[in-house]
Amino acid sequence: MTRDSTAPAPTARDVASPAAGTAPPPRPLRRPLLIAAAAVALVVLCLASLAIGSRSIPLDLVVRALFDPGHPGVDPETEAIVRSTRMFRTVVAVLAGTALGLAGAVMQGLTRNPLADPGLLGVTAGAAFGTVVAIGVFGITALMGSIWFAFGGTLVATVVVYLLGSRGRGGASPVKLALAGVAITYLLDSLTSGIALTDPEALDRYRYWSSGSLTGHDGGTLLRVAPFLAAGVLLALSIATALNSIALGDDVAVALGRRLGMVRLRAALAVTLLTGTITAVVGPIVFVGLVVPHVVRLITGPDHRWLLPGSMLVAPCLLLAADIIGRVVARPQEIDVSLVAAFLGAPFFIALVRRRRLAEL
Amino acid sequence: MLGIDAARRPGRATFRLTHPAVSGVVRPRLILVWLTLAAVAFGVFCTAIAFGSGDFPVALPDVVPALWGSGDPATLFAVRELRLPRAMVALLSGAAFGAAGAVFQTVTRNPLASPDMLGITQGAGAAVAAGVAFGIGGGLSSQTLGLVGALTAGVLIYLLAWNRGTTGYRIVLVGIGISWMCTSLTVYLVSRMELYQAQKILGWLVGSLNDRGWAEARPLAFALLLVLPILVLLTRLQRTLLLGDEVAAGLGTPVQRTRLALVLSASALAAFATAATGPVLFVALASPQIAQRLARTPAPPLTAAALTGAAIVLLSDLISQRLLSDMVIPVGVVTGVLGAPFLLWQLARANRAGSGG
Repeated sequence: MTRDSTAPAPTARDVASPAAGTAPPPRPLRRPLLIAAAAVALVVLCLASLAIGSRSIPLDLVVRALFDPGHPGVDPETEAIVRSTRMFRTVVAVLAGTALGLAGAVMQGLTRNPLADPGLLGVTAGAAFGTVVAIGVFGITALMGSIWFAFGGTLVATVVVYLLGSRGRGGASPVKLALAGVAITYLLDSLTSGIALTDPEALDRYRYWSSGSLTGHDGGTLLRVAPFLAAGVLLALSIATALNSIALGDDVAVALGRRLGMVRLRAALAVTLLTGTITAVVGPIVFVGLVVPHVVRLITGPDHRWLLPGSMLVAPCLLLAADIIGRVVARPQEIDVSLVAAFLGAPFFIALVRRRRLAEL
Repeated sequence: MLGIDAARRPGRATFRLTHPAVSGVVRPRLILVWLTLAAVAFGVFCTAIAFGSGDFPVALPDVVPALWGSGDPATLFAVRELRLPRAMVALLSGAAFGAAGAVFQTVTRNPLASPDMLGITQGAGAAVAAGVAFGIGGGLSSQTLGLVGALTAGVLIYLLAWNRGTTGYRIVLVGIGISWMCTSLTVYLVSRMELYQAQKILGWLVGSLNDRGWAEARPLAFALLLVLPILVLLTRLQRTLLLGDEVAAGLGTPVQRTRLALVLSASALAAFATAATGPVLFVALASPQIAQRLARTPAPPLTAAALTGAAIVLLSDLISQRLLSDMVIPVGVVTGVLGAPFLLWQLARANRAGSGG
């Protein structure tokens, strides 16, 4: 795989933060513009997500219900819809998008593989296996019970993948990590289908969880998972410059003073925290983590100091838009967000792949 | 005369004969791997026939004569009518998946690219799920629907990746897009189905050899007979593609035409195999990697990958029939449980620099 030759060569001392606006020459304006446009789009989509649904609420009432609770012009029912049901749904979508987009960008940078996505390190499969074990073997159906099983499955899968992928000479090379991840994924998926197929009740619950849903979460759940997500985001952002060095090849990264083992460990931990938590809460939402970094890379180039924040902002937009469309197209029924995201994202993604010269990894 | 310079390039030797004037490269290790894999596959094939599903006992030494038509009538019936078709489907689909995976991994130069990552398998799945959900093509079997779906996906991927030529990178990315669209469609259809329908379709979606016979084996055998020779002939050109498009073109390889022939052939193999058994995941992904590590070649070897695939599916099918006494678990569940640790073991013990990836 060749690298984009116009990319600035990052050095070990080159640690300017993205906010400082010290973007190197090739795309001086496009990067801040992308961040600004994505931020604006995110706010607009959040408001739209609060207003649109099986019962439409005018935008001014939404704003009033948000910032002025108890206002006489807003009836209590509308306020309840905006401030609880739709608010939590919107927050979950934003959190999920942020986590998945960031995790996808980190994975692709770490493994230097365009096929890499959070499912690759066995993360999603681990969570799915944990959930099915919780339902099928232990009969636990409450979310706060099965979430720990999902989390455990995720953690075990990631650690096993990392240990197996880093054995032998050469340590955890991208291809070995990726292959180990896919092998574990298939192993766990097989076991998951084995349990689900022999236990009709587990199958019934599993097929709803496996299609991904943003609804049915409350503030308590969000508060409990927030620390994991925050830790994951900080960890991921802290390795942006290290990922730039890794993009030049492992040997160059070592020559630039990177400790590869530590960087890979931190990246794996960040991906586990981000996707494990989100998968446990909303089910496996694929495609977002895979596609968004490719789209953002078209604009920012391969510099991870821009790519990571860009992915964090663009991914929630995609997820929110998908969720809103899922509510509208099949009224009064709703279509699950992961399905809409894939259906919307895939043609767009294919069009991008066809039209532009891709910034390859 | 036989000149061997094995010291310079371990794992390969060259020979040059004066009469007739022939020279070439011999890879003793690759030939050894071929023979071993073929022996393993044949051994498992016979064992699967001897101990396959059903209560009639067939002694292992009686299997080979019975295949050629000698033995008592009961044994002949059990071997040739009951168990041989299923074992043939396992053998052929495994070989087809392995070969297709090897070609895709070479064309895209990506060890993760395989028909089940690039949407061909998912195309079959979506077509079959739509057939069950809407009852369309009521007369069409899931075999036909799967074949149509997989071939459509394969052609679609190539056409969409075409923009004044294709690149391996673009085929991979377009394949991912197609794959997720098909997966979403399948998941959506399954979540809207009645539970009994969902159970049926999920049984198909993990890949199964239950109730498979000559009707499935015959088209698959024709496809293999037609496509495998083409792929073997293309091996020489395929090897230059590994050097990158520019170098390959410089060496005189018609890059675009070669890639078109390779992608279409491999898609057809994967489509016929998926139509016969359902998506037996992992075989197409793991077999080329396992074969590459066994043979220590720089790229996935085609024949060895096909033999590895056949051995994996045969062994998995034998286990799936005999593991639980009261039910036959789908073979796709076993390939993952069986093939994954083997691939991991291969990864872990590959301590030569370069062979670990």
